[in-house]
Amino acid sequence: MGRKITIEPVTRVEGHGKVTIRLDDAGKVTQSRFHVVEFRGFERFVQGRPYWEAPVLVQRLCGICPVSHHLAAAKAMDVIVGAGPGKLTATAEKMRRLMHYGQMLQSHALHFFYLSSPDFLLGMDADPAVRNIIGVAALNKDLAVQGVLLRKFGQEIILATAGKKIHGTGAVPGGINKNLSPEERDRFLKGAAPLNIDQMIEWSRAAVELFKDYHRKNKDMVDGFAEFPSNHLSLVRKDGALDFYHGVLRAVDAEGRKVLDDVDYQNYLEVIGEETRSWSYMKFPYLRSLGKTDGWYRVGPLARLNTCDYIPSPLAQKEFEVYKAYTDGKPNNMSLHTHWARLIELLHSAEVIKELLLDKDLQGAKLVKKGKKVAEGVGLIEAPRGTLFHHYRINDDDQITMANLIVSTTNNNEPMNRAVHWVAMNALSEKPEITEGMLNRVEVAIRAYDPCLSCATHAVGRMPLEVTLVDARGNVLQRKVR
Amino acid sequence: MSKPVIATASLAGCFGCHMSLLDIDERILGLIDLVEFNKSPIDDIKTFTKPVDVGLIEGGCCNSENVEVLRSFRKNCKVLVSVGECAIMGGLPAMRNGIPIRECLEEAYLNSPTVDPEDRLIPNDEDLPIILDKVYPCHEVVKIDHFLPGCPPSADLIWEAVTALVEGRPLQLTYDLIKFD
Ligand code: SF4
Repeated sequence: MGRKITIEPVTRVEGHGKVTIRLDDAGKVTQSRFHVVEFRGFERFVQGRPYWEAPVLVQRLCGICPVSHHLAAAKAMDVIVGAGPGKLTATAEKMRRLMHYGQMLQSHALHFFYLSSPDFLLGMDADPAVRNIIGVAALNKDLAVQGVLLRKFGQEIILATAGKKIHGTGAVPGGINKNLSPEERDRFLKGAAPLNIDQMIEWSRAAVELFKDYHRKNKDMVDGFAEFPSNHLSLVRKDGALDFYHGVLRAVDAEGRKVLDDVDYQNYLEVIGEETRSWSYMKFPYLRSLGKTDGWYRVGPLARLNTCDYIPSPLAQKEFEVYKAYTDGKPNNMSLHTHWARLIELLHSAEVIKELLLDKDLQGAKLVKKGKKVAEGVGLIEAPRGTLFHHYRINDDDQITMANLIVSTTNNNEPMNRAVHWVAMNALSEKPEITEGMLNRVEVAIRAYDPCLSCATHAVGRMPLEVTLVDARGNVLQRKVR
Repeated sequence: MSKPVIATASLAGCFGCHMSLLDIDERILGLIDLVEFNKSPIDDIKTFTKPVDVGLIEGGCCNSENVEVLRSFRKNCKVLVSVGECAIMGGLPAMRNGIPIRECLEEAYLNSPTVDPEDRLIPNDEDLPIILDKVYPCHEVVKIDHFLPGCPPSADLIWEAVTALVEGRPLQLTYDLIKFD
């Protein structure tokens, strides 16, 4: 008699995702699935809306990193109004970069300090009631305050560039609607301690050290957990440098061989395909050159540090060298090393913000450019969680006729399924008894990928999980909730 | 005296309202002295472990699970608050309300340019909840006691409302706190 285990992270309540694991008579895992149960219908209901609405509409699909959607849509609309890559004014391009790197700072700080540091500092088995930022505060007040203020600083940058901390309106097709006043600039550069950029750089550095220290003490767990080979994809700058705002598509395989390189993303349809599976609303993207079975890939911090050649800021580059040396320069396929990569990116973001703040172009007055209008545009950006694709077509009346989105978490669909499968095989198979430790492992595996669908709620609490063991007739054999 | 208990849920929302709650920044470190976040209401709706004083709902109802969760929140929360446009009037997800749901599914899965013609199918599985014909605002499904407008409502508005509710003060939301976007 076969059995099925259902694990619903955030679902019952949040309705965004869940895990099912099927066992055979002997308790062996025969199948594991990570489902996304949400469906919005954006592709259809955006049809008929004027194109310039897209940057403010589409971000409302995800309030965790709305700036990414805002900018990816704006970049697609730049192409449509004839002001595509390289044609924006220096002020517009740099204001958008500042907005985006501010968001990287806030999102990575949120992930590390609010969501991950409780695991590292308090332990995976700590009482759920204290396993959150408030528990961190009780143990190490300074660290919790640093986390809160790093995120706040990033949000303040977004406010100054986009007009609102969440769902701003700063980017418009062909440019931006404000520049940065000298007063705003000085507040970020020389604000009273601790809210100034030098302090943020210092704290970001300390966060990288904190993780390295944790890694030294827990090598086996950090290195071995959900480690599996895969391809990796991201945008990189033309010269191979890490760049979150713009670049060309590059993919490497598990050995570091370039599978894609120097691809202009206006042609993404030629290199990326998606597969639909009946049991999830989230599609499964793949690299066309490798096919559906072998072409799946990872995106996000881990992937970015695998595809890029170097990091264009001194402190982060130093850390990058240490990080790369750990795998002898080969791609890093260890899921939990995503946390390390993320913190190096946090440091890089803080350094770039400082560089931008010192740039006089941010006080320029030329904000918007327009050229010859075309009917189609693609906009890509490296969001905190990975590559984000926006693609639109419009008609002669400026109405959107087609929208196609591939969001970061969708790109990581197969990897998250693989990670869950890894846990199922290693922690569960032939051990039908459900234990708290098993729940933790499933949670840790999913969380390494920081999927948008779960990160917000467990900011003040633990990812809620429910596991049910059901027999073939649907009778509940065992149920564990936390 | 035990602390007031707060529970939150994200239905058909974008988590932006939850993010705005986090924008209270440093105040979050003091919040724990004031209230208790009940973890269990957000992990299994059938087993609320204790009565909740204030329930905060983000998002409207777009599928059967959202309705189930909302009803259970109503049953277990003394005061229920719709936070943000999605909860109050459906918000962006409700832009599909004038369009048959079939067309939305077809556009996403059958007309997608990244999906090859032979791979086109609409997901359908016992593990997926049933999508409703429309996206419903929360107060059309259960009684809602307070409404906090904004997309998202500002951190200051959420802070003011939550502290007033747990302290039993009347809600005094000044004009500058209330913005529809
Ligand atoms: S009201 Fe706005 S911020 Fe809140 S869930 Fe809806 S779209 Fe997101």
